[in-house]
Amino acid sequence: MAELLVWPALIGYGEAAFAYAGFLRRPGSSARLGIWGVRIGWLAQTGLLIAQAFDADGFPWGTWAGALNLFVWLVVGAYLIWGCTPRYRLLGLAVMPFAASLLLAAWAGGGTGASSGDTSSVLLALHVGLMLAGFAGLTLAGGLAGLYLWQDRRLKRRDVSVLRLRLPPLETLDRLSARTALISLIVLTTGIAVGVASFDRGDFDLAMATAITIWGLYAVGLLLRREGRIRARRFALLLVAGFALVAVALPLTHFAS
Amino acid sequence: MRLALVGVSHRQAPVELRERVAVGPAEAAALAGSLADGCEAVVLSTCNRTELYLATVDVSEPLEERATESLLALAPDDAAALAPLLYRLGDDSAALHLFRVAAGLDSLVPGEGEILGQVRDAFDGGSTGPLLDRLFRQALHAGRRARVETAIGENPSSVPAAAAALAQQVFGDLAGHTVLLIGAGKMSELTARNLRSRGGTIGAVANRTVEHGAELAAQVEARAVSLDEVPALLATSDVVITSTSAPGFVVDLATADAALRSRRGRPILFVDLAVPRDVDPALSTIDGCFVYDIDDLQAVVETSLAGRRAEAVHAEQLVAVEAERFREWQASLAVVPAIAALRARAEEIRAGELAKSEGRLGRLSESERKLVESVTSQIVAKLLHLPTVRMKEAAAGTDGVIYADVVRNLFGLGEEEQSSRDR
Repeated sequence: MAELLVWPALIGYGEAAFAYAGFLRRPGSSARLGIWGVRIGWLAQTGLLIAQAFDADGFPWGTWAGALNLFVWLVVGAYLIWGCTPRYRLLGLAVMPFAASLLLAAWAGGGTGASSGDTSSVLLALHVGLMLAGFAGLTLAGGLAGLYLWQDRRLKRRDVSVLRLRLPPLETLDRLSARTALISLIVLTTGIAVGVASFDRGDFDLAMATAITIWGLYAVGLLLRREGRIRARRFALLLVAGFALVAVALPLTHFAS
Repeated sequence: MRLALVGVSHRQAPVELRERVAVGPAEAAALAGSLADGCEAVVLSTCNRTELYLATVDVSEPLEERATESLLALAPDDAAALAPLLYRLGDDSAALHLFRVAAGLDSLVPGEGEILGQVRDAFDGGSTGPLLDRLFRQALHAGRRARVETAIGENPSSVPAAAAALAQQVFGDLAGHTVLLIGAGKMSELTARNLRSRGGTIGAVANRTVEHGAELAAQVEARAVSLDEVPALLATSDVVITSTSAPGFVVDLATADAALRSRRGRPILFVDLAVPRDVDPALSTIDGCFVYDIDDLQAVVETSLAGRRAEAVHAEQLVAVEAERFREWQASLAVVPAIAALRARAEEIRAGELAKSEGRLGRLSESERKLVESVTSQIVAKLLHLPTVRMKEAAAGTDGVIYADVVRNLFGLGEEEQSSRDR
């Protein structure tokens, strides 16, 4: 029965995605509907995850679909931290369609139903949880960087609607995306460390190599930013590229291995 | 109760006439006080309008004439020219007008923010009673709702405000950000004031004649420098406002390139208010460098104003709802005396019957006596609840007076006073 909670979550996220699209047409009118869609959807998904945790013997999100389910919850949860403030509403336009699509994929892959819990090791569960949280943070950083690039383009092109449809200020987006990426990298580092401690040497596969490559890319990017060698637009491009790698390469290598 | 409004505004009268009847807050309060003999009065005077609101319970009181005389008396020499330009509104129309004014719908720039404060000041300085108190409170509520529930007041309506808002779109909070003014024109000054009001710091005023720039620099607490220092200042400035009358570019790509590259991608905003332009548009090819000229800003303001006008449609609906609520409240006043008399009569009967039974009730304890009081009061209140609600509903339509007369007749309300007066 608890798996039925996926539907209110999907409807909430889907409604939010449509409401944010409406916000583009007429600022102010549908943003509140969008936020409520996110909140209700997230609460429903939280209920779903709790039910899955109770039903399972071990870690219930060890499959790719289960991991996707948890990943979506983490992404939307992180979005809710800023998404409720008026300036960051449009971040929902990037995040919510993505979250709704991934949750639908998780449902189609059986990740929202009852699971026997195929991961019995606590360390392994911690590793998966931390990695997913880290990637969720990087997804959000990618969304913020996408907003940065959009705002930068509007200002460069002297878009006449730049004050009518207001995005967060450029400097704030730059700072926030860098901070989100840094926190996510710390979480990811911990996840990798836990993984290294719990895996056998022979378990190293292509997905792990990709995860470490992504980690390296973000680490180098943040280091260069700290030294002032890349900033603003270039750093935003790097975050978006990193997000593309997370979204495309990671699932591909997961299935390949 | 009657409400009357007599006024003159930018819609009918030119500024030469409006300024003749404009009064300051103290004068407005004094005028309201002098008009409040036997009625309520509020005087609202802004740069776009002077309006007198009067209200009274006495239907025979010539409110409009009094208000007209008082308004024309403010400019006796121009009374003949002013008289045909005055508008006179009563009751519902007057209320709707005030609600529109408070919401900024009657302003030159829809949704401008100052008017709400001016309405509040007029209310504070007025001589109000039940009607004008309710009217102005609800007008302020309508004005606030219009600004909160629609985007009518959100976007800038002038070039200096647009320039400052653009700077906030780049930097967010302007505190800690430095502004460089190149040229000391009026538009530069207005933009500088706007940026300062949002937390920006004016670092320097660069001008061809340093002495001329020093005047503005003193006003905005900046230092005056010559145009030669501009390239060096670009590296440390976040917003650059230019408005010189120079025939060519004051900031060209070659001059600015080195300075801007040393900012290592930190954004910089150029607002070029000059014609011919002071800033080479090619600067916008540099990463993090944004250039807006006067045409760009005008286009941004036009779009903002178009947005405000679109939002005004929603604000009009909201104001109409508030005006309707006020009309219902005002109409309910017609049945209030009948309701009060009915309740008084019922209470009199209840108290009288309890007094008659005093002999039998004397045996009751204090708590039992309180219980009897409470029960009988509740019965009276419940019996009268529905008639009260129905009378108020009828009053919101057009039948309030008929209902009030029927109730007076059925319950013989006021007959005893009438017969005692006859005796």
